[in-house]
Amino acid sequence: MATRQCAIYGKGGIGKSTTTQNLVAAMAEIGKKVMIVGCDPKSDSTRLMLHAKVQNTIMEMAAEAGSIEDLELEDVLKVGYGNVKCVESGGPEPGVGCAGRGVITAINFLEEEGAYDEDLDFVFYDVLGDVVCGGFAMPIRENKAQEIYIVVSGEMMAMYAANNISKGILKYAKSGSVRLAGLICNSRNTDKELELVEALAEKLGTRMIHFIPRDNAVQRAEIRRMTCIEYDPKAKQSDEYRQLAQKIIDNKNQVIPTPITMDELEGLLMEFGILEEEDESIVGRTAEEEVAAGGA
Amino acid sequence: MSAMTPKETETLIQEVLEIYPEEARKDRVEHLAVNGCSPGQAEKCIISNKKSLPGVMTIRGCAYAGSKGVVWGPVKDIIHVSHGPVGCGQYSRAGRRNYYTGTVGVNTFGTMNFTSDFQEKDIVFGGDKKLGKLIDEIESLFPLSKGITIQSECPVGLIGDDISAVAKEKSKELNKTVVPVRCEGFRGVSQSLGHHIANDSIRDWVLGARDDDNSFEVTPYDVAILGDYNIGGDAWASRTLLEEMGLRVVAQWSGDGTLSEIELTPKVKLNLLHCYRSMNYISRHMEEKYGIPWIEYNFFGPTKIEESLRRIAAFFDDKIKQGAERVIEKYRPECTAVIEKYRPRLEGKKVMLYVGGLRPRHTIGAYEDLGMKIVGTGYEFGHDDDYDRTLKEAGDATLLYDDLTGYEFEEFVKRIRPDLIGAGVKEKYLFQKMGIPFRQMHSWDYSGPYHGYDGFAIFARDMDMTLNNPCWSQLTAPWKREQQQGGE
Repeated sequence: MATRQCAIYGKGGIGKSTTTQNLVAAMAEIGKKVMIVGCDPKSDSTRLMLHAKVQNTIMEMAAEAGSIEDLELEDVLKVGYGNVKCVESGGPEPGVGCAGRGVITAINFLEEEGAYDEDLDFVFYDVLGDVVCGGFAMPIRENKAQEIYIVVSGEMMAMYAANNISKGILKYAKSGSVRLAGLICNSRNTDKELELVEALAEKLGTRMIHFIPRDNAVQRAEIRRMTCIEYDPKAKQSDEYRQLAQKIIDNKNQVIPTPITMDELEGLLMEFGILEEEDESIVGRTAEEEVAAGGA
Repeated sequence: MSAMTPKETETLIQEVLEIYPEEARKDRVEHLAVNGCSPGQAEKCIISNKKSLPGVMTIRGCAYAGSKGVVWGPVKDIIHVSHGPVGCGQYSRAGRRNYYTGTVGVNTFGTMNFTSDFQEKDIVFGGDKKLGKLIDEIESLFPLSKGITIQSECPVGLIGDDISAVAKEKSKELNKTVVPVRCEGFRGVSQSLGHHIANDSIRDWVLGARDDDNSFEVTPYDVAILGDYNIGGDAWASRTLLEEMGLRVVAQWSGDGTLSEIELTPKVKLNLLHCYRSMNYISRHMEEKYGIPWIEYNFFGPTKIEESLRRIAAFFDDKIKQGAERVIEKYRPECTAVIEKYRPRLEGKKVMLYVGGLRPRHTIGAYEDLGMKIVGTGYEFGHDDDYDRTLKEAGDATLLYDDLTGYEFEEFVKRIRPDLIGAGVKEKYLFQKMGIPFRQMHSWDYSGPYHGYDGFAIFARDMDMTLNNPCWSQLTAPWKREQQQGGE
């Protein structure tokens, strides 16, 4: 079977890296061959697989070696839990250079060096929160990742981000084979979270593939730099990730997303009582003016 | 063919533009005009300094070219670092014929290429550290350099490197002038913005250096030459005339110029501006901050030189005024001899020009001194104020063109059939193959100087040897010539 390439997007801090590594661990458990490509200058996409603080990244190693051409695949490709191949693009410290170019360079390097082994069942790209520039769209360009999963929660900003990412997918879906394959709800225990995320999924033309409940087991595993699956295979949370992994393995639902307008999104939030009906008359009025108006 | 009437020229413009799609035609028609509007009204007759249309084969440069190539590059005792990938520096290296005295690699660096040679890792991780290291290397390898400028190439602006911070730090550390120039190529529509950015960087990082230092002994006759890049020795040919009339030239900006000359310029009595386009900004600044007046002058051809010498002298006392007359008298016989020799060979010849900063108008007088007529002229990167100045110089039927496209230039030439074209190297061989004599008017076709009285003699000789070269009568192959003769 051909390698399936998937990319995980979502708002910063939503739990992309944790979710990716746990579901990849669950896949590895049942014998799937998987590679994780971290596309984030923070380089924390593989730490749970490798029990490491940070992995040697492609860009750092290239800078040390002189240039990317001087780099060998084995210098940067590490094997972690369940024989999962792990690689990090790496990038600059915050505030300097161009992290987006780092992602482009790293992915091109992996392709040229043949990292995309035909034996692989899955490649997962774990991408920085927002598609801020062309570099972070690299995994969905040029027919790399065909399946995009967006990690989301019932929080408003997470849903905004999911909608924005769908716009990015839509742009590249027209010229390539990239498709939205589903939303993964990483629960924050917000009000009506399940219903809200399911409704958003419907609006975007996809579905919520799995609802991961909040569980401290994840936290306990993380401080040991391990996935939940590895640290406590019997935990209830590990089963959640196994379910997610199986759903992704079986997933045939891949669509060109139908992102919605800001108004529609706000409408959805109002429908579920998350957002109040907007009172146009208060826009741009200072407290003083309101008191004056109230007094009149 | 005699010169075209304004009406004929207008028809010509319409016909040449016919082939364009409507949108392009609407854009281009505003950049082409018959000279006929009143001075000060240029913007009503021709639009300039706008983004070029894609596909028209513009020959414009970029902001980096304007800063590194034009304004800063000729300052000879400073090292100019092309900060970014290697190409910008390499392909602009020593390409501009700004002559200098000095020993390359010791106290003169203009013909060398200094670059940070950006690689992928510099883009991803930023180039500030490399820049700092490079400056240290320059300091150990070329300790006699008086300073460093950092000429930003495009990627530096894209990734947001803080070159100003590096410049400040290194300047303090080395106790030398280090100037960050944010002249990324994507800024602006042509090299013109690069001139402005370079002027501003001189203003902000160099010009005030000796404000509180009175050790430099001034005289009432101190002047600076601004906007002369010493192409083929132009500034030298200009300087001697100013000195002969009794002035003291403190600085040359920037042909054969030095950092200390720039620093001393705020102490002069008058700034003499040749290339208005590239250095009007700093002239205005010095007028505002130091109260130094500035005047434009023109040292092409005896008529304009005489006018200019007298206008310059008018700022000074009788000693200088007499000096100007003395200079004019001294060179008159020489000029008369040049004109007597060449004018009969060039009289009535039609010239089309398409050049950069000042030459589309400044050289007109020199051609006219030789009896030649300008039938078309225009600027690659001029602004309204350039065209305002041109209207006065050009005849009524002169065709004006701004940011001329490859196609338009070719068509105009085919229809007007000038006797001589003066433009750049990119146009040269095309028009020569069309059988039209051509002079490069950026590089003086590897000749020069063309400024001053000395320059005029060379200018006249060059135009004659180009125009009256026997090769032009040999363009038809012998067998075709026989056929033609046989057919007659």
